[in-house]
Amino acid sequence: MARKLLLTHIDVPGIQTFEVYRQQGGYRAVEKVLKTMSPDDVVEEVKKSGLRGRGGAGFPTGMKWSFLAKPEGVPRYLVCNGDESEPGTFKDRFLMTHIPHALLEGMIVSSYALGAHTSYIYVRGEMMPQIRILERAIQEAKAAGFLGNNILGSGYDLEIYVQPGAGAYICGEETALLESLEGKRGNPRIKPPFPAIAGLYGCPTVVNNVESIAATVPIINDGGEEYAKIGIERSTGTKLISASGNLVKPGVYEIDLGLSVEEFIYSDEYCGGIANGKRLKAVVPGGSSVPILPTNLILKTANGNSRLMTYESLADGGFQTGSSMGSGGFIAFDEDQCIVRNTWNFSRFYHHESCGQCSPCREGTGWMEKVLHKIETGHGDLSDIELLWDIQRRIEGNTICPLGDAAAWPVAAAIRHFRDEFEWHINHPEDALTRNYGLAHYADPLAPIVS
Amino acid sequence: MAEEIKLKVSIDGIPIEVASGTTILNAARQIGGDIVPPAMCYYSKLEGTGGKCRTCLVKVSKGSDKDPRPMPKLVASCRTTVMDGMEVENITSPDVVDARKAIVEMLLINHPLDCPICDQAGECKLQDLGFEHGSAQTRYEFDRRTFERIDIGEKIQLHMNRCILCYRCVFVADQITDKRVHGIIGRGDHAEISTYIQNVVDNDFSGNVIDVCPVGALTDRTFRFKNRVWFTKPVDAHRDCPTCSGKVTLWYKGADVIRVTARKDEFGEVEEFICNTCRYDKKETRDWKLEEPTPISDQSVIASNHYTRFNPPAVIENDPVLQEQNLEQLARTEKLK
Repeated sequence: MARKLLLTHIDVPGIQTFEVYRQQGGYRAVEKVLKTMSPDDVVEEVKKSGLRGRGGAGFPTGMKWSFLAKPEGVPRYLVCNGDESEPGTFKDRFLMTHIPHALLEGMIVSSYALGAHTSYIYVRGEMMPQIRILERAIQEAKAAGFLGNNILGSGYDLEIYVQPGAGAYICGEETALLESLEGKRGNPRIKPPFPAIAGLYGCPTVVNNVESIAATVPIINDGGEEYAKIGIERSTGTKLISASGNLVKPGVYEIDLGLSVEEFIYSDEYCGGIANGKRLKAVVPGGSSVPILPTNLILKTANGNSRLMTYESLADGGFQTGSSMGSGGFIAFDEDQCIVRNTWNFSRFYHHESCGQCSPCREGTGWMEKVLHKIETGHGDLSDIELLWDIQRRIEGNTICPLGDAAAWPVAAAIRHFRDEFEWHINHPEDALTRNYGLAHYADPLAPIVS
Repeated sequence: MAEEIKLKVSIDGIPIEVASGTTILNAARQIGGDIVPPAMCYYSKLEGTGGKCRTCLVKVSKGSDKDPRPMPKLVASCRTTVMDGMEVENITSPDVVDARKAIVEMLLINHPLDCPICDQAGECKLQDLGFEHGSAQTRYEFDRRTFERIDIGEKIQLHMNRCILCYRCVFVADQITDKRVHGIIGRGDHAEISTYIQNVVDNDFSGNVIDVCPVGALTDRTFRFKNRVWFTKPVDAHRDCPTCSGKVTLWYKGADVIRVTARKDEFGEVEEFICNTCRYDKKETRDWKLEEPTPISDQSVIASNHYTRFNPPAVIENDPVLQEQNLEQLARTEKLK
């Protein structure tokens, strides 16, 4: 049984209330940092833990914190990014719904480490119940003296506010989030300057994912070195994975980084295999924006090693034969799923969510969606595949924020690994409307690479 | 005064020294010529513009003397400041040329390409860009997004179909007028410029949004369909205006002033913003003190009607045989009407 750090007490009735959370040992980390540690000690501990950002990019959290500028007389802010809207990812919502105090405890610890006296939790507007839950949790913590002025007699003041977003995926991009938090239109800013220098209201700001912030609690409780023992290489600790798709037991799982993908999909402890006795065709391992991989590449890397749930192993082979950890939105497709249709669906999402600020993303995402729709509905042409490839290539890397890249990668990966299926759609338009391409050769073991 | 620190930078191999804090685009503009990246959204007179259209992307092949690593991606030259020893590739880099071509193609997929009936034709940045970097055929085969055209204010018409969402008009309204009542509504390719619940744009300086618009999305209703710009003759003029500098360009057709705009420099940016009174209400020559014909680049279509006189060598003027042989050239000495 894998160790649980974030979801340890998930099954305790009433864990969302302050009393029960406290009885289970909650807010120990706050007491520990306020009474025995200096802010720099906390940053050092998080650095030692090797914690990497859980929001998608995987940037080391401790390093991000140490980049924060600390000019005199200017407030610093911690902003928690709860604008989770990536298709396939729902881990933060789970955490906020069921253990809101874990996030609050992490917020207090992190704010103390950064010297922030006002912190914000920016939550996606659609998650109204979670916003209410967090607000109630803040009230409870405040009543118990864990928030407000002079917390636990340490002289440290902190206020936490919950800010609902207005339902835009782009506001999960950190600078767009800050714009939105300031009450402006949620357009990503042009970097530099980075938020660590000039973020919210022009002040130094750190933006962290919900799960990253919550993970600071076990790091403080057990020590950074203890946390770093879990996992392998530079992927340390545990990670929440939100598994969805054609699985026997979809849901949110806390895994030790380093678990093999095969075990995650097929073992009874986790997803329990593919639903209805079907076979696995493809997996999107980290939310809709990361490249999709066929079964033979997701279970084994191109070198024939077993693929593990770590930042490095999932990215093994680059985007040619690998993918990315992303935000942990694990989507499994069985043999009856159509990759073309799925790619079109993802494109539709990015077209809808592009902010429209810079040209390649604004125009290119819509174009890709239309071409994919044309192929999916049986009106495609073989030259359309080349066209799609060309469009995605010209969006990627030419935009202000990573949304352009996120829109381009799934299309690129689908064409790279599933070109046969696209061609079948184009060459057999009538079949494509009535049945699916099926598993084909996508689960066949790969021929070993001869170097 | 301490001597200003100058940074060495080379763009397409041409070295120049610029003040610290200069962007790559402005450094290129100081060099001038073909190596200046095109800019659709950047406007040097407006703070915060740039970075959006991505037409000015360049490749930084050497970051600086201190850190010579190249930048991993193409960067927007209008928002990237130069470092000492930086080496930039613009038209010498195939990647940049290809990316620019891609941007032009994407900018044009939802553009109606109605240049034949567009007032901006002839002085349109997108037209120039399409001419220089676009391909003759589009690969886009779907319906273009369309909007109804609306009048935002008494004198300005908005053709949203033509808009490339450069945000310049929003910045103008933010920075030179008191109260902005128009902005971007919606997102993605269905984003549009619009006003706040049927508010009309009504401000002494609102007309400047027409001048900053790089395309024909915002047009002057007093000039709509009056004439093609290349049939008009621009003349610099000024008047004592209580609200603005009063320095303008008058666009003549015959003896009539049919349009007044601010004076624009070689990059299409206005020198000084002008007020609406100068722009809309003073359309008589007697309102103005004329200065001189506006210098127009001979590359511009506006110059096509202003051939410099063919200046025949004295020997031709005196020799009927040579005059006979040079009939064609001599015909050019007569101006087109």
